[in-house]
Amino acid sequence: MNYVEHIGKYFVMLKQVFTKPQRARVFREALFREIDELGLKSLGIIAFISFFIGGVIALQTALNLESPFIPKSLIGFAAKRSIILEFAPTFCSIILAGKVGSYITSSIGTMRVTEQIDALEVMGINSLNYLVLPKIIATVFFYPFLVVLGMFLGIFGGWVAGVLSGLFSGIDFITGVQMDFDPFLLTYAIIKTLVFAFLIATVPSYHGYYVKGGSLEVGKASTQSVVWTIVVIVIANYFLTQMLLT
Amino acid sequence: MIEVNNLHKGFSGVEILKGITTSFQPGETSLIIGQSGSGKTVFLKSLIGLHAPEKGSIIYDGRVNTEMTIEDKRHFRQELGMVFQGSALFDSLTVEENVMFPLKMFTKQPVDEMLDRVNFVLKRVNLENSNKKFPAELSGGMQKRVAIARAIVMNPKYLFCDEPNSGLDPQTSIVIDNLIQEITDEYKITTVINTHDMNSVMEIGDKIVFLKNGVKAWEGSHKEIFKTDNEAVVNFVYSSNLFKKVRQAYLNDV
Repeated sequence: MNYVEHIGKYFVMLKQVFTKPQRARVFREALFREIDELGLKSLGIIAFISFFIGGVIALQTALNLESPFIPKSLIGFAAKRSIILEFAPTFCSIILAGKVGSYITSSIGTMRVTEQIDALEVMGINSLNYLVLPKIIATVFFYPFLVVLGMFLGIFGGWVAGVLSGLFSGIDFITGVQMDFDPFLLTYAIIKTLVFAFLIATVPSYHGYYVKGGSLEVGKASTQSVVWTIVVIVIANYFLTQMLLT
Repeated sequence: MIEVNNLHKGFSGVEILKGITTSFQPGETSLIIGQSGSGKTVFLKSLIGLHAPEKGSIIYDGRVNTEMTIEDKRHFRQELGMVFQGSALFDSLTVEENVMFPLKMFTKQPVDEMLDRVNFVLKRVNLENSNKKFPAELSGGMQKRVAIARAIVMNPKYLFCDEPNSGLDPQTSIVIDNLIQEITDEYKITTVINTHDMNSVMEIGDKIVFLKNGVKAWEGSHKEIFKTDNEAVVNFVYSSNLFKKVRQAYLNDV
């Protein structure tokens, strides 16, 4: 199957996903389960990586600014811009594409090869709506919180790195963080996050839902879905940046 | 009653079902048998509406499948129960939640009433005290019982089973066969079972449909299958010496 066919099939899938849920209470239960699986269980990895990467960004910036004419507060300013503009929305989304994407593909793919999806269809349930819509809503509503947490912890990690290493003072760093703050940067990051969250839920779901074969194929589909989700995120990132910032 | 008229179905230009005509009566356990690749699974999936026929029709108590609207199909699917080969229980749900799932989806009963119904059907399939277990914690036979409980929880008019004995030991297979037959008799369900298991053929087939290369090669009851001279059926059913002896003993008795 060529790429155009896959893209077409993906949009046909979305058409079936966006229908009214058959039973509100079942949908609500599925939604809370997905918020737990896709959102709350990702808090730890996002917090851990954001803190340390924030520290590394601050240290790298400090080590590359050797001129005495450049104020130390610029380290905080540069770290803040890097973290809010790119690290938190894009890097965190790529991490989530790996963690959550493989989970979504393998769980839906296993349901496909073990006939659980057939069982839903036989019962008269729109399986795409039941399986995918709660995932989309869970990621789109929860990931902005994760990314904002990532921003906060990234900047905090940068401050801690400076204080512990002695390369710059905490006061300078905070001055830099507060310098020339543009609220649109946050809007830009959240818009990107919403788009990426949608992609993280739907691209792996597509790979899992249409898998054919057995457990080996489910494994291959998981790998493929992570790769394609990252590719689509990177492409979307480019176009969103061009549209929103230029 | 299910009537199948001249059913044709193929994939990618290869014709799998080549004009099958038969019927299945309520309160009877009908078996579909045949070699691997004979079209049994495609036939069963056509009966449950997962495959649309290319030609011909399936009539469920007067309702023609090709004339059903989406709403009719949704309603019809609530009238059928299906036991899949691998049970197809939802891994993330407990036994109780699995069986309750169709009730939650299609009824507005209070939780207490749903729980009563779930406990009733679980008791009916002799599976008590496992409500809070997950499918992975159950044996193959227990999973099949949960699948049967889930299939009958909505009081279906039609029950379809795909290889219900697959992967089970002979003793458990007999238990599952008897359970399906008892439920069929008790609730006057139209039951269709796709099977390879010759013990089931000998024991519970009120009606047996033998498929060969996508064509109905023979049909009759489990008593008639002992007497048939149809070469394809004889070669398939009596391929083992044990069944040859069973058949000979039956014919000698008659």
